Amino acid sequence: MQRLTTLSLLAVVAALAACSGNAMPEHTLVLENHKFTPDQITIAAGQKVRIKVENRDDAYEEFDSDSLGREKVIPGKTTGVVVIGPLEAGKYPFMGEYHHETAQGLVVVQ
Amino acid sequence: MLGTALIVFREIFEASLVVSIVAAATRGLSSRARWIGGGIVAGILGAIIVALFADVIASFASGVGQEIFNASVLFAAAGMIAWHVLWMASHGKAMAKELGSVSAAVKSGARPPSALLFVVAIAILREGSEVVLFLYGLSAGGSSVSTLVTGSALGVIAGVAAGFALYFGLLRIPPAKMFAATNWLLILVAAGMASQGAHFLIQADLLPALGSQLWNTSALVANGSMAGQTLHALIGYDARPAGMQILFFVVVIVAISLTMFLQRKPAAAATKPKNLTSPQPG
Repeated sequence: MQRLTTLSLLAVVAALAACSGNAMPEHTLVLENHKFTPDQITIAAGQKVRIKVENRDDAYEEFDSDSLGREKVIPGKTTGVVVIGPLEAGKYPFMGEYHHETAQGLVVVQ
Repeated sequence: MLGTALIVFREIFEASLVVSIVAAATRGLSSRARWIGGGIVAGILGAIIVALFADVIASFASGVGQEIFNASVLFAAAGMIAWHVLWMASHGKAMAKELGSVSAAVKSGARPPSALLFVVAIAILREGSEVVLFLYGLSAGGSSVSTLVTGSALGVIAGVAAGFALYFGLLRIPPAKMFAATNWLLILVAAGMASQGAHFLIQADLLPALGSQLWNTSALVANGSMAGQTLHALIGYDARPAGMQILFFVVVIVAISLTMFLQRKPAAAATKPKNLTSPQPG
């Protein structure tokens, strides 16, 4: 029965993946020397936004934001994708958890 | 060093709570030490393997391999807990009466603790792989080895101590109520895991959020606080949950308790009315 549940879940996931369009606003954050560039992005309220995090460092980083509810490990020299929102207007800080002394940024939702 | 200790502690803490609930829930089962020990070892090995292949996993499925991996692992763990809980519930009466009969039941055939080995392994694998990546990052960044070792040792010790504290707290529950109590705890853990799994699929944009942040209880219990982390391990607490997370949570609880109820009913119907209506054979 569990196998059946898992299978049907996977089928749902696949169907949803096929349906989700690509017309989503996109922002790219570059992570270099454990700093985000830009360190602030502004997005529209009530909309889903795709954030590409390009980690140019050798080290692993974890894109981490409590307020955005997102956590994603991004290996060195790779780009990770995180989808956020739709969000209400406000300020949502994020950080690179493994180097949070320098890796800090802010998503402003308007 | 304290920064390292804190991050390691936060990762170990949640895994440690799950392991202690499993340990309490399987109290009295003859082979549990072996299963839990095996789960811990498998979890640590798994954490190292997952960390080694983190870049491969991350690059799967056009960049959302990690979310799919995490979600699958969490759903699998929730399924294993459900299996165990239902097994325990159907054998519950005998167990509540006498701890000894549990090991007899386990020896006689079905072996539910093996499902929980998987749960222990997964809890450690998930949190442990992040610890490995974090420490690897620090050492690559030039932090001294002694700082890393001392910091992570402190974090591990504190995290494991928290698990033991919960375990001994649970042991204070009288044995007769113990199985019911730990079974319900496990159901909550399973529902929480399913809800976290849903969260990963939302992050990967594979599931609709159904309201991305339905409410915000950060002011009350922040995700990063001790209370928030404890609740996260126990019920998948999220200060800003998406509607889909709530849905998964509720569906798992309803599904497991309904199955438990249906399982119990035919058993009662099969024994009691028989004695009343039909004459005993022999």
